[in-house]
Amino acid sequence: MSILDSKIPKGPLEDKWSNYKNNINLVNPANKRNIDIIMIGTGLAGGSAAATLAELGYNVKTFCYQDSPRRAHSIAAQGGINAAKNYQGDGDSNYRLFYDTIKGGDYRSREGNVYRLAEVSGNIIDQCVAQGVPFAREYGGMLDNRSFGGVLVSRTFYAKGQTGQQLLLGAYSAMNRQINRGKIQAFNRHEMMDVVLVDGKARGIIARDMVTGAIERHSAHAVVLASGGYGNVFFLSTNAMGSNVMAAWRAHRRGAYFANPCYTQIHPTCIPVSGDHQSKLTLMSESLRNDGRIWVPKKLEDAEAIRTGKKKPTDLSEDERDYYLERRYPAFGNLVPRDVASRAAKERCDAGFGVNKTGEAVYLDFASAIERFGKEKAFTSGHKNPTKEEITKLGKDVVESKYGNLFQMYEKIVDQNPYKTPMMIYPAVHYTMGGLWVDYNLQTTIPGCYSTGEANFSDHGANRLGASALMQGLADGYFVLPYTIGDYLSKDIRTGKIPTDTAEFETVEKEVTDKIDKLMNAGGQHSVDFYHKKLGKIMWNKCGMSRNAKELEEAIHEIAELREDFWKNVNVPGTANTKNAELEKAGRVADFLELGELFAKDALHREESCGGHFREEYQTPDGEALRDDENFKYVAAWEYTGKPSNAVLHKEELIFENIELKTRSYK
Amino acid sequence: MKLTLKIWRQENATTKGKMVDYIIDGIDGDMSFLEMLDVLNEELVNKGEQPVEFDHDCREGICGSCSLQINGQPHGPDKLVTTCQLHMRTFKDGDTIVIEPFRAKAFPVIKDLIVDRTAFDRIQQAYGYISVNTSGKTIDANSIPIEKEKADDSFNAATCIGCGACVAACKNASAMLFTSAKVSQFALLPQGEVEADRRVLAMVDQMDKEGFGNCTNTGACELECPKGISLENIARMNREYLKASIK
Repeated sequence: MSILDSKIPKGPLEDKWSNYKNNINLVNPANKRNIDIIMIGTGLAGGSAAATLAELGYNVKTFCYQDSPRRAHSIAAQGGINAAKNYQGDGDSNYRLFYDTIKGGDYRSREGNVYRLAEVSGNIIDQCVAQGVPFAREYGGMLDNRSFGGVLVSRTFYAKGQTGQQLLLGAYSAMNRQINRGKIQAFNRHEMMDVVLVDGKARGIIARDMVTGAIERHSAHAVVLASGGYGNVFFLSTNAMGSNVMAAWRAHRRGAYFANPCYTQIHPTCIPVSGDHQSKLTLMSESLRNDGRIWVPKKLEDAEAIRTGKKKPTDLSEDERDYYLERRYPAFGNLVPRDVASRAAKERCDAGFGVNKTGEAVYLDFASAIERFGKEKAFTSGHKNPTKEEITKLGKDVVESKYGNLFQMYEKIVDQNPYKTPMMIYPAVHYTMGGLWVDYNLQTTIPGCYSTGEANFSDHGANRLGASALMQGLADGYFVLPYTIGDYLSKDIRTGKIPTDTAEFETVEKEVTDKIDKLMNAGGQHSVDFYHKKLGKIMWNKCGMSRNAKELEEAIHEIAELREDFWKNVNVPGTANTKNAELEKAGRVADFLELGELFAKDALHREESCGGHFREEYQTPDGEALRDDENFKYVAAWEYTGKPSNAVLHKEELIFENIELKTRSYK
Repeated sequence: MKLTLKIWRQENATTKGKMVDYIIDGIDGDMSFLEMLDVLNEELVNKGEQPVEFDHDCREGICGSCSLQINGQPHGPDKLVTTCQLHMRTFKDGDTIVIEPFRAKAFPVIKDLIVDRTAFDRIQQAYGYISVNTSGKTIDANSIPIEKEKADDSFNAATCIGCGACVAACKNASAMLFTSAKVSQFALLPQGEVEADRRVLAMVDQMDKEGFGNCTNTGACELECPKGISLENIARMNREYLKASIK
């Protein structure tokens, strides 16, 4: 076991980043023209970094598996982006954003990184507005804010329910400007298959052109992985169908440590699974919990009657309903953080109170909000004795103006009208806090290989707060990486172009093509999805919302077996030298089958409950998470040694100099 | 549900394509259209045949990857939805569904139902941005107040997902709705006004070079747009273009 050096600069918290910037090496503009950078992924983290690095003068090559950088899955983020602007004058500050993020992450993230994130957050908003991102505004022309779970101020900037889309289009247009200048070369419909190391440094990649199947060599002085999270290891998640861990996992196999793989965010408000055909899950924004009340029937026979269609939710009177979040957490009620809300829903459904045919759904009810808004609206419009119908009508109008697009989306998918009958929701895999281990420079344990955004592990600890993913992606890309990577590249000004006709590239390319051949020529028994669904079931049942040692051990065993079977019996039709979606999926599932095992191993070793990681053995008598700061206040960074089961653990002790560790309580 | 699918199959950009019939059974109304195609592909793979290639990614109607001309309509019969959000309950047992790629000279077929929409990227690269440095300090976000209505209109134009349904719906395969949405988003904001003239000229020029047809005001694009992008944007672009041309 070794001690990892996070390279956090010395000095007071609020001066660390400024001091760091004042003391790093810079690359002069003429030399930047001779330096190449490869960027994997073009979402918020990758797109923003690519644009900024190109603008600084570096030659950037971007790679994405989509047909255009604009389609990266950052686009699907709904709610908003946090920034400590304190425009509302409600007492927000860099420190408060820092504090909320550390606490929300259940004290499992680094102080230095998180403070830097809070410090640059305000500038992100300035930058995006200058780029023409149309954020929501008030009538006075100023930017509007809203509040999100787990915080006491309004610091979330938004563009209706499409904030991720608008921010990504901002980064994409900044990229377009650099593409037009010839400083970015965009390789779309390309997948990174492996990273190439020369003398221990990341010096290039092997990529596959997904249209022609051609295997290509690309060299650079540094490689940045901004390839997103690995939630699709669960098969069903809110991630895009193509989201994958390949780039990060390939780097892991070449020496980059993988940190905290078991930290997964399971979002409480998603549309429940409707059947075996389901290919992905759809999120309903967290903002709905501001006005919706979550409940299940009090009596088991009512739940049974609802499942079989003999009763409707609206048949149940108030005292036949169990508003379990309000009951268990009177202080925060329906607005407890995501991990707490998800576990509470699972607890009720496991006890037999689920309300849809699969037994895995709870109600999110807007009836009382409609009534409350209706009365208020009637009153303010001078209508002092409204009838029940009038109240309902007015209330519906208010709810529609606030959540109309989400209600419409729900109705399209479920075919029920949520104004008339409560929505059904259930938790789903949404975000992965774990990822490649990086130091303060965002560099992985491979020199010259960096990682940003969801792909790294750095800022969210064991649980991410709402509206912080967009903040982190853009902070890393616009404001952090462009500095930190320069310090590294300053040593490369005399290196010259990295040749690709070397033994190193040759060897890795051969490994890539051998692997493709192996997939194409396996036994041909079962489709790729057959294996992916099986893996997803193991992950969800044994490494999901709550975990225990016995099941985690079973999961490790079952995943290893499944992986062996996959390599023997998978069926990939067609040929490798053409567009072949099955081959693309096969490559990704092969990596998920390795990551899944490491995930379970990490969850097994962490004998405590924290944030999104809940171990049944470690809970308080009333079922709350029990953290163990004495023994587990560290980042678990795993080194690949040939097999996931043999991964070697390296610990980075987390040092808290500015924050006192406390138990999170929402009662 | 049992359905007959007539699907366009084409090996690659250079070979000729053809319609192929498939019978599919056991389709549930709760499935999305793409999940129905997943079922078909699983069957094809298990039979040792080539699965149907189609573009898709987020499957929640926002990334703009999915396309498909379904029974002659881009994204199928439902209004304001993308193909991934179209559900099988829209169809009934025994229906025949014709599935083709988006058809336009500027969108060549790559394979089966996948088309190449990089022409849209090139239009954006021509000047679909505000020339502001992303690495430097800029002014405070609240230093320029923007009228709420203008900000909202700009947002509405910016919700375009770049799927290409407007082009596929248009008898001229015109990309005016797409291009005008981007031109409008920036022209409506004070930050974008500075370069408005150069922008509209460059983007329209690139649009023409890509081989998209002209606009004859049929309004089919607006009707089929899954995000409800308004025709007003085309009027605004024409105005911006005229203004820029006579300077």
